[in-house]
Amino acid sequence: MPATAALKATCLNATHRSTGARMVDFGGWDMPVQYASLVEEHLAVRRSVGMFDVSHMGEIDITGPEALQLTDYLTTNAAGRLKTGQIHYSGLLYEHGGFVDDILVHKVADDHFFLCVNAANQEKDFEHIRAYNHFDAHVRLSSDDYAQIAIQGPNARATLQKLTATDLAAIRYYWFTDGAVSGTPARIARTGYTGEDGYEIYVAPSDGPRLWQRILEAGHEFGIKPCGLGARNTLRLEAKMALYGHEIHASITPWEADLGWIVKLDKGDFVGRAALASQKERGIQRKLIGFEMCGRGIARDGYEVLVDGAPAGWVTSGSPAPFLNKNIGLCYLPLAQATVGRAIEIVIRNQPVAAVTVDTPFYKRAK
Amino acid sequence: MYPEDYRYTKEHEWVHVEGDTGTIGITDHAQHELGDIVYVDFKYGREALKPGQTVEQGKPIGSVESVKAVSDIYCPVSGEVVETNQALADAPEKLNEDPHGSAWLVKIRLSHPDEVANLLSAADYQTYIGAEK
Repeated sequence: MPATAALKATCLNATHRSTGARMVDFGGWDMPVQYASLVEEHLAVRRSVGMFDVSHMGEIDITGPEALQLTDYLTTNAAGRLKTGQIHYSGLLYEHGGFVDDILVHKVADDHFFLCVNAANQEKDFEHIRAYNHFDAHVRLSSDDYAQIAIQGPNARATLQKLTATDLAAIRYYWFTDGAVSGTPARIARTGYTGEDGYEIYVAPSDGPRLWQRILEAGHEFGIKPCGLGARNTLRLEAKMALYGHEIHASITPWEADLGWIVKLDKGDFVGRAALASQKERGIQRKLIGFEMCGRGIARDGYEVLVDGAPAGWVTSGSPAPFLNKNIGLCYLPLAQATVGRAIEIVIRNQPVAAVTVDTPFYKRAK
Repeated sequence: MYPEDYRYTKEHEWVHVEGDTGTIGITDHAQHELGDIVYVDFKYGREALKPGQTVEQGKPIGSVESVKAVSDIYCPVSGEVVETNQALADAPEKLNEDPHGSAWLVKIRLSHPDEVANLLSAADYQTYIGAEK
């Protein structure tokens, strides 16, 4: 129909459609939200292994003699402390301290940094980075060069190891290596957005569909399930990982989003540093905190939060947590009220429902 | 898949009329779109929907909530509520398994049986959801 005609499609679109996935418009991309059951997909990742098409994610390559200087100037984490083959989570900020995006920075070489960015933000990120490129560096939006498949769960390694000569156990958490999967050149990163161990592999889009099938076959003995963005969202929420447009956006700073650990004020100047330093000195007014529903109901994004019966904040993400078997969420509350164990209420369709603030992450895997 | 003797709404409810009583539910298409259903709530205005309540065609009589989303249930016919399906309170997942059968939602004694003529036939409903895809 006309409304979907403008949607972008990954190289795996036909595969998803032929297997009966329910497709949705996700930030302008025609993506699978679930295949058969979101809950079963979620549990497959927690208990064994699941795979996700995340080819909609964007990639940006920063290269050249001053690639590090540009990367470091544009991001909150200390890119200079990365070793070749190492990855870290970082923030791309406006001067006022709000998020342009949250990203993964991979150090490919001293003169090459590879960024994985959110699908809906990629053009914005690219323009933002280019606007600050007063360095001897080249910035390239290389999203079209990559399909990305995430293999996640306790059996992710056993699944993927069948298809590669690279010793996957030797890749440490948040490190990557360039190797091959099923005969195809692949960047293999030990990262993920589920709270489980696993890998995210970057390959040429032309190899995507074949590789998808090979991974399904390799994971068959473990009961691998293709998983949609629905399960990806509930998994990341249980692990309390931020989602752009929800926990973080242009009006939220890393301090407020409980992401102070990705800010290195001592590393030298960077875009947003002055605003963050000043906010740190003044103190933040609001903070992200987790909650569990006590009463019957599911909090959803945007719902109002009451403290002592008065409006105090808003829900950024809320959902049933399929593995934990309770209804959880994240919300912003005034700093003084953002403490664990506080009775709050979530306004669900005009009805306040009891909840309590809790420690996060809601779920942490056993190491 | 879509029983011929049911009538359907564009909001994805069905009604099966037998005598003066209509059994109401949500369609297979609706349960598929929602995904794993976790709550079913019967409500009319701000009050719980109970037997004896008079309801109007097109008004919400409750909601169905899945892991992903919540969706109102619109009453396909006017009349008086005879019964709500209490089994769904403990087993809402039945709505994913048998939406046209045991997971019916409400039974209503029709006050305006002629309203059924406003609803879609099984064939028209399938054409409608085919076009929506």
